[in-house]
Amino acid sequence: MKKLLLAIFLIICSFNGFSQDIFGGKVTGNFQMDVQASKEDSIIGAERVSEKLLMNAFTNILYTNGDFSAGVRFEAYLNPILGFDPKYKGAGLAYRFASYKKDYLEITAGNFYEQFGNGLIFRSYEERNLGLDNAMDGLKIIARPIKGVALKGVIGKQRYYWEKIWESDDFGLVRGIDAEVSINSLFKKFEASPLQIIAGGSFVSVFDKAEDRFIIEPSTGDNYKLTMPENIGSAAARLQMSYKAFNLNAEYARKGQDPNAVNGYIFHKGEAAYLSLGYAAKGLGINVSAKRIDNMSYKSRRGETGNMLNVNYLPALTRQHAYSLFAMYPYATQVNGEMGIQADIIYKLKKNTFLGGKYGTDLKLNYSIANSIDKEYVQLNPAGNYEGTEGYSSSFFKAGDEIYFEELNLELGKKLSSDFKLNLMYSYQTFNPIAIGHQGEKFIYANIFAADLTQKLKKRSSLRYEVQLLLTEQNYGEWAAGDWIQGTVEYNLGGKFFVAATDQWNYGKLNGEKVHYYNFALGYTKGTTRVQLSYGKQREGIICIGGVCRMVPASNGLFATITSSF
Amino acid sequence: MKKFILIFVAILFCGITINAQTNNKKSTLPTVTINTLEGKAIKASEFSNEGKPFVICFWATWCKPCLMELNAMAELYGDWQKETGIKIYAVSIDDARTCPKVKPLVSGSDWGYEVVLDQNSELKRALGVNNPPHTFIVNEKGEIVWQHVGYAPGDEETLIEVYKKVVKGEEVK
Repeated sequence: MKKLLLAIFLIICSFNGFSQDIFGGKVTGNFQMDVQASKEDSIIGAERVSEKLLMNAFTNILYTNGDFSAGVRFEAYLNPILGFDPKYKGAGLAYRFASYKKDYLEITAGNFYEQFGNGLIFRSYEERNLGLDNAMDGLKIIARPIKGVALKGVIGKQRYYWEKIWESDDFGLVRGIDAEVSINSLFKKFEASPLQIIAGGSFVSVFDKAEDRFIIEPSTGDNYKLTMPENIGSAAARLQMSYKAFNLNAEYARKGQDPNAVNGYIFHKGEAAYLSLGYAAKGLGINVSAKRIDNMSYKSRRGETGNMLNVNYLPALTRQHAYSLFAMYPYATQVNGEMGIQADIIYKLKKNTFLGGKYGTDLKLNYSIANSIDKEYVQLNPAGNYEGTEGYSSSFFKAGDEIYFEELNLELGKKLSSDFKLNLMYSYQTFNPIAIGHQGEKFIYANIFAADLTQKLKKRSSLRYEVQLLLTEQNYGEWAAGDWIQGTVEYNLGGKFFVAATDQWNYGKLNGEKVHYYNFALGYTKGTTRVQLSYGKQREGIICIGGVCRMVPASNGLFATITSSF
Repeated sequence: MKKFILIFVAILFCGITINAQTNNKKSTLPTVTINTLEGKAIKASEFSNEGKPFVICFWATWCKPCLMELNAMAELYGDWQKETGIKIYAVSIDDARTCPKVKPLVSGSDWGYEVVLDQNSELKRALGVNNPPHTFIVNEKGEIVWQHVGYAPGDEETLIEVYKKVVKGEEVK
């Protein structure tokens, strides 16, 4: 397969040299390289890097010619930068595909990404900065037989670092179908109706070869073999509606028995429900979302924990913060069970009014809460745990008694004059350390503030000043160390160069040195190429994107990034 | 391993030669299907502006420079439209987590752009976008004639200058 694709590529290339009319396609792509040099720093916990220099790089090369396209992604981790799984070590073609797209039919062979509905039972995607990639390798077909109808079919295995997934039975096969109908596109007389309805449904099944697993009674030594389901099915139905300023998005999914390492090998069935209601008028937007997840970890290998081999996507229903101190205690979805609500209100105070001022004011209010679900545990198995049992029963509308995360935040954006723009933000967060696996530590309550001022200078240059403050009385040592303050000054020159200096100071730390995490950055942008160089200290922390998180170890040194699109 | 690198270099080299040879021919928008805010399917290759050039901006609700860019352009958008007939497609790459925030943000901010959703980054990948914000100008023939990554205050002025040149049919870098 790999060789075949490459051969096609090379043939196209060589032909192109002679006749560009026949193979008049285009080659495009992108490129990124991260280089890190970190030195040992025992105070912040940065470990010695034996290689001195670490590097992650990838390039996508895409060939398009009319309805046909093909592409490869070459990746190199020599060796992976800090925080990336060492299993990534190495280089090679991690992704290659060929695709043919017509109006009514799309066929992709090789690697692909795809999502059914909101992703509750199937989403294949990549999050490069987290080192997460669950690309499928197989076949994808999308058919649009008539206007308003889309049918999708996928089959394949998922990427697992550099493992040869097709040579091992350790990696499950993922198969799925999805259908979506836009009622208004289907029937001509409803096309312009203010009521728009889109309905869809999907079915996914994972085949993962059964393994022997026993429960052993400690006193007698009797053992019981668990009968593992080999085919783990899931189904979902969804509805999207809008009527004038109102809109609704709902999806409900169920998963069959799936004893796995994440849920402790229980036979409880999985369930997920998602509901989002919105109101959108000029200058005002409101959205309220709710979800319930019950035992929905869905992987193509039952022994797998961590971020790889996920078949579905269960995002956290909390705000994704851009200011770093606001993301100090990030929340990640509890896939074994959680209930949550999130509300957003976005309002623009009009120009030339008393409150809005000369230029108007943007207000954003966000509230979110994530709670445990109610669990009535069943009887223990002979070994004294829940393995092989139903695990628990749970009533759909009943919340559990544990809060995982709660946040209220308010943001105000205002143009003060033709040269000054101000952004203010406040957040109150309640964080349960159990959500990241810290048992026995009490809630963290934090008040967090940010002020961000941008000043326009002459000749398309600008200055930005930013101050952030995090206040909390909880101080648990390394991972939660009390109060922080952060200051940044950034200078942009003509939209091409920038220099920035940041200091993040953990002045509230009780034990040990109150460290200054200073950082200096320098960058240059030209067209689609961007080079950035930074030097300084990076605190140990968690970065989260879309409810999936990765630990970033402490580092002290140089970091360079080059990105380019061509 | 060695073989891979060799092949890779060969492809890269190939890519460069192709690029060099077809310089007179520019990339067009791919036939990738994404969604409107109402959830309807729309193909990127069908983006248009009544025969005039248009702009595509990749953004996300969690991307601060993107919001700075979109807000800065929104203040000028009315005047730009009157003057040049510009149209801006704002392609959100928000996934299922932050996608519900797109609609309230769009209406709350009252930008006036044509907002579309690229929930699983299909179009982002097809156009080789690394990180948002990433801006494209597409000419009246549907060819991508200009690209820019990142946002610094004042970039919106560069954008409209380049756009005006594209309208006149001038060559841009």
